[in-house]
Amino acid sequence: MRALKKLFNTGILGAARGSRGVQRGMLVTGLILTGFFIIMAILAPMIAPYGFAQLQDSHGYFGAQQPPSSKHLLGTTVGGMDVLSRVLWGSQTALLVIVFAVVMSIFAGVILGLVSGYFGGWLDRILVVIADAVFAFPSLLLAIAMSIVISGGRSGLFTGILSTAASITAVYVPQYFRVIRAEALRCKTEAFVEAAKVIGASHWRIMFQHIYKNATRTLPLIMTLNASEAILTLAGLGFLGFGIDPTMGAEWGYDLNRSVADVSAGIWWTSIFPGLAIVLVVLGITLVGESLNDLADPRLRSRGAANLDELEIASEVSVA
Amino acid sequence: MKFGFIKSPLLRYLVVRFLLIFPTIFILVSMVFFVMRAIGDPITAALGGRLTPTELARRIHLAGYDRPVFTQYLDYLGQIARGDFGRTLTTNQTIGEVLATYGMATVEITVYAVIVALAVGIPLGMLAAHRRDTRTDAGARLFGILAYATPVFFVGLLLKLVFGVMLPVLPIAGRASISNEMLLQTVPSPSGFYLIDALRTGDAGIIGDVLAHAILPALTLGLLTAGIFMRLVRTNMIGTLNNDYVDAARSRGVSEYRLVTKHAYRPALIPVITVVGMQIAVLLSGAVLTETTFEWKGLGFELAAFLNARDFVAVQGIVALLAVVVAVTNFLVDVLAAIIDPRIKY
Repeated sequence: MRALKKLFNTGILGAARGSRGVQRGMLVTGLILTGFFIIMAILAPMIAPYGFAQLQDSHGYFGAQQPPSSKHLLGTTVGGMDVLSRVLWGSQTALLVIVFAVVMSIFAGVILGLVSGYFGGWLDRILVVIADAVFAFPSLLLAIAMSIVISGGRSGLFTGILSTAASITAVYVPQYFRVIRAEALRCKTEAFVEAAKVIGASHWRIMFQHIYKNATRTLPLIMTLNASEAILTLAGLGFLGFGIDPTMGAEWGYDLNRSVADVSAGIWWTSIFPGLAIVLVVLGITLVGESLNDLADPRLRSRGAANLDELEIASEVSVA
Repeated sequence: MKFGFIKSPLLRYLVVRFLLIFPTIFILVSMVFFVMRAIGDPITAALGGRLTPTELARRIHLAGYDRPVFTQYLDYLGQIARGDFGRTLTTNQTIGEVLATYGMATVEITVYAVIVALAVGIPLGMLAAHRRDTRTDAGARLFGILAYATPVFFVGLLLKLVFGVMLPVLPIAGRASISNEMLLQTVPSPSGFYLIDALRTGDAGIIGDVLAHAILPALTLGLLTAGIFMRLVRTNMIGTLNNDYVDAARSRGVSEYRLVTKHAYRPALIPVITVVGMQIAVLLSGAVLTETTFEWKGLGFELAAFLNARDFVAVQGIVALLAVVVAVTNFLVDVLAAIIDPRIKY
């Protein structure tokens, strides 16, 4: 895991140093948005003016659907909660879901991919067919089914976060699996694997030391995809009423669901702000991923952009 | 499975690809079954607390949910094989009836969305590839990323806010105004595809009304995939524009417009066909959310309603049915791609 983090850091920072023009702009914008989101999530308890489920303060109830004012900078929701506070607290929920989902998907996907690619045989065939089937299926439907199982639908903050993260994991494991399996297939015929076998290294050691370290180059890109998909799925589940109970935690998709009726009445502040929060976070993460992808694909690299060999050497050195 | 006795490689590919549908459906249907059964029996989930324990137990016994899970599973597979996806608990319809009533609405919105996505995505992708690394390119790419980053329902809400409330020019809910919806039911053997039914009435007012209702949902769902098409066309176009034959054509004096729209266009389009198939899954997820946002009474809207009613038998049925739809669509797209592109290896 530490090696992976290191690879991720050098990958992104190295890319930032080597990028040019539009691509650099995209990458830097993405990094700023993502950084801002993470800071917001961590500081939410301190900077949010009210609690996420708070309905009243010493002056009495906030009142429902109040337009933005000095007391409630972004107005109040149909349930009488402060919009700004819910947007800020919502970032915390989103960040937790991302972290859980990405860690669990990498864990399951990498192990399955290594085993499947390295050993091959009937196990490999079965896993590939299952992965393809899951991959082709509408992710939101799969997430709905998973969330029904784990929490029976509506749930508290922690079970809600965990069930959403698990649903996203179910959707994303096949992607990690495919990539890692392909890399494992490529690596297992290389000389260093044979050398390791000759000196008597165990299968376990060959898989998780030798092959794993050579199979992680595409992981950062999938991680960004996975992270943005996690937010969209969380919001989609919340929008269908399958998210986190509003008294347990703030969640942007749920707030958007409650604002559907507001929109028809011309009340815009209850939907615009949680929606913008989702868009900006996904935009930030996607911009980072997209620029990494461009820099890694020689067809898409801007003319005069970074020399990828240098990048690769840098990241490989850091792993060693 | 080598199928060496079939001589034509294309035919052999088609046969193998066709047979692959079945394990896919089997895996998905089994997954849905076990996932949904993990929560216990669906009758308690839907009606628990509203019936006396004895009545509940009687209903559970009648439906067979007190038998061993494996027996239920075999039964379920048998039902699916006969095309029977079960009966909803709350409305007591068969899933087939639900599909017959609401399926066409989902097909209609999906067709519109694909048209919007292709009409926006392909020209924009071509333009971005041709003007690569300029402001136009950056703008087009930003559009592509924004189209992905914005949840469909938020796009829907924004469009509703702008075109339904601030400039009240378009209807923001439903598939047609109520009086027209009644009229459309009276068409002999209605298809359920409102535009087709409206065209058959020949009444310009109804046609206009149906189209007006479709604009915002179609834009919402279409923009979701337009971004993906745009990125795909751009990437492939950049690849083909670098080919020698494009340079050769340019040196013969072929105009830039013609180069992009004729010479580099076709090779860049083949991957789009493959991806249209994969987008079916994305579109179905998006359709659930779009239909909920616009009260478009299709399968997705019904699915959301069943979810809220905790009718998990209906949910299981619809999800299993959609699994079949996805598997079959993917097969058809692969066949199409294999026939169009001679480079695909079978």
